[in-house]
Amino acid sequence: MTALTGLRVVELGSERVAFAAKLLGDMGADVILVEPPGGDPARAYPPFLDDQPGENRSLWWWHYNTSKRGVVIDLDLEEGRERFRQLIASADILLEAEPRQRLAALGLDYDDLSAVRPDLIHVAVTPYGRGDALSDLPATDLTIMAASGPPWSCGYDDHSLPPIRGPMQALHTAQHFAVMSVLTAVLHRGVAGKGQFIDVSMTAACNVTTEAASYSWLVAEQTVQRQTGRHASTRPSGETQQLCADGRYANTGVPPRAPKEFRALLAWLRELGFAEDLPEAVFLEMGANWEGPFELSRLGSDDEVTAIFGAGREALKLIASRLPAQDFFIGCQRAGLAVGVVNSPEEAFEDEHFKARGFQVPLHHDDFDRTITYPGAPYAMRGSPWAISRRAPHLGEHDAEVFGELGETP
Amino acid sequence: MTSEQRNFVAANSPAATSVPSPDGSGALSTFRICDFTGQLAGAGATKWLAALGAEVIRIEDPVRQGRWDILRGGPPYKDGERGLDRGGAFNNHNAGKYGITLNLRDERAKDILARLIEISDVVSENFAKGVLERWGFGYDRMREIRGDIIYVSNCGFGHVGPYSDFKTWGPIVQAVSGLTFTNGLPDREPAGWGYSYMDHTGGYYMAMAILLALVHRQRTGEGQWVDLACTESALALHGPALLDWTVNGRPSRRDGNPHSNRNAWPPMAPHGIYPCMGDDEWVAIACRDDGDWWRLAGLIAEPWCSEPGFAVHAGRVANQDALDTHLERWTSGRGKFDVQERLRAADVPVAAVQKPQERIDLDPSTEGFGLWPTVQHTVMGDVRVDGQPVHFSETDWEYPRAGPCLGEHNEEVLTSLLGFTPEEVATLAEEGVI
Repeated sequence: MTALTGLRVVELGSERVAFAAKLLGDMGADVILVEPPGGDPARAYPPFLDDQPGENRSLWWWHYNTSKRGVVIDLDLEEGRERFRQLIASADILLEAEPRQRLAALGLDYDDLSAVRPDLIHVAVTPYGRGDALSDLPATDLTIMAASGPPWSCGYDDHSLPPIRGPMQALHTAQHFAVMSVLTAVLHRGVAGKGQFIDVSMTAACNVTTEAASYSWLVAEQTVQRQTGRHASTRPSGETQQLCADGRYANTGVPPRAPKEFRALLAWLRELGFAEDLPEAVFLEMGANWEGPFELSRLGSDDEVTAIFGAGREALKLIASRLPAQDFFIGCQRAGLAVGVVNSPEEAFEDEHFKARGFQVPLHHDDFDRTITYPGAPYAMRGSPWAISRRAPHLGEHDAEVFGELGETP
Repeated sequence: MTSEQRNFVAANSPAATSVPSPDGSGALSTFRICDFTGQLAGAGATKWLAALGAEVIRIEDPVRQGRWDILRGGPPYKDGERGLDRGGAFNNHNAGKYGITLNLRDERAKDILARLIEISDVVSENFAKGVLERWGFGYDRMREIRGDIIYVSNCGFGHVGPYSDFKTWGPIVQAVSGLTFTNGLPDREPAGWGYSYMDHTGGYYMAMAILLALVHRQRTGEGQWVDLACTESALALHGPALLDWTVNGRPSRRDGNPHSNRNAWPPMAPHGIYPCMGDDEWVAIACRDDGDWWRLAGLIAEPWCSEPGFAVHAGRVANQDALDTHLERWTSGRGKFDVQERLRAADVPVAAVQKPQERIDLDPSTEGFGLWPTVQHTVMGDVRVDGQPVHFSETDWEYPRAGPCLGEHNEEVLTSLLGFTPEEVATLAEEGVI
């Protein structure tokens, strides 16, 4: 049995809740995606199968709508609203991102729907929450993020270049909170028998997902500044991104700090035959033979400690300049150093580690008679299988099936 | 802290003014978490559970004074005062939890842990692989202690697979999983994410995994082990790009990519972050369609707006470099909040790139949401922390206490849950067990 078998989720189609509903569907919930006549606009989002646009060819749509059945309901018609109420009567959870006052105007907001289904869990995702008129303004992933902090921390040392946003972060982050909220409310309902209304703010979600940028201000009124490839910081930090011999980068993270790390690094340097080329090798050796832990507070003031730590960085730089990024990553990790290769998404996807964990998941598309490889589970739950139970639905594909289950005759 | 003081803190914490549940209990108040998590990737997960009412008992090592968690006594510091119990980030990520110490080198501490596991629903940790096994508390042993225990481990590469012994931090997770690569400008090195996005997000997935396992157990009576690998949670965030690779064979590593302030899925133009008047001031503007563009062009009303190349959506997408040059010139002579106000009035998607002070102290929307509650810390006094970006109509979140000082709740937890007397607890402390 899957974790969510038998739980019915109704999603009012939107890019602001599609991912949350997918995450629940892939864990076994019965997700029914409701689209208006004409379909969800996201059906027209690139990229497309074989680069040919089409209602059922969007790969964006495919990814965010796995494990769902699809129906068409026109909420602007009374007949459609009645059908929607019937659907809600059969549902446990409603996920929606409608304009703030639309559902109330249609007589379909929480107060109306909880009369039909008293223990309904209704989750609304809006840019600023249901209680803030700013939610009525047009907003996109980019503008939501700009308002709420992440881009301020992301970019380059050169501040004449703009801050950078991580694409789709506002959409993803808000929906992570939507899923946490749904599951929390399901547990509470399991104990107390009650549903509830949950108001998720997308800007608030990004605001509390900025690590030191927020708490440096909250605690000490300090402002972090963005830096190339590393954490925004109240004080400049040393570079961590290394260009490797194959033109790819590696992130060296926290440089060596412990004698055993200097020992492993020195041994690796010698094994590669590079020790002669590193003028600072003598300091690396001092680090390797150091007794007890280093006092990090002496960094900068104590010449010896400073030289040893500098030698660690220089050794990594030298090796990186002579090895492909993947080899540098593996070698560093074998020496006990937390270093990472900067992969592109597909390079990560093809990596042996993720393949071995079963992250590549084949799914047969009956509509195009092709087997497509999808990204797999975000968590390996040993007792509750994650699975893509079906491909994304075509527009209205399950009208007859779903409305039939509600007792309607076609 | 006495229980009177504690009640005082709970009653006077501003967070306690967020909507209280009618029966006075949180959504998760029937659950107890035996919590070894730390840093942000783990502590962030159990912070959600604590805020929603779970009893989270965080366990730290008294010998190393909890320093496995590098945030324990780390910056930022309130009023510049340093100390083990003064870590600003630690307090932020651990609000709402109880804190106890156990020296698991000692058999008596192991007995205490076994008794705690027996009365807990979940054991959570984000150590490197193998740490709990070395203490004698692998999943099989935990299951002997409590048959339906839920064990959620969270580490960079997970406990299974060729890289499971590798070490990671947030930036390493982001690098290997493809996230670092996706943020940047063409022909430059990756900008990365500017912070440990995957510590936050790994924590969210860990919270989801714990909640999913609890739902599963509520419905079947079965516990389970969840092997969470932060890199895998991160990789799953590239969905459409990965399908573009597996279906169309198009790699993300290609000329002109990434260009992450632009938007290709769906295409929007103009779409970017543009300079404004002042030092490091920026505004984000996005035109989704013709309507957005016509309203923006009507507002700017300069000759370039009617260039034929910008007349239709496809043209604006194809000519974005030229479009951006014009728009930059227009924004750079104006203040970011001025641009924001004018574009908002014209119904065009816009937002000033807000600095921490602007979004925390000067933005009525975050204050109105109650996003920065104050907790009363035993040593630091009043400190503001990150709240939760949601409100529940029946069982809203709150932080009934601040992040715990090292071993702050030893006596309370050991006496009230495990039946020790205060004298016995004092002896355990003297003998280095707790």
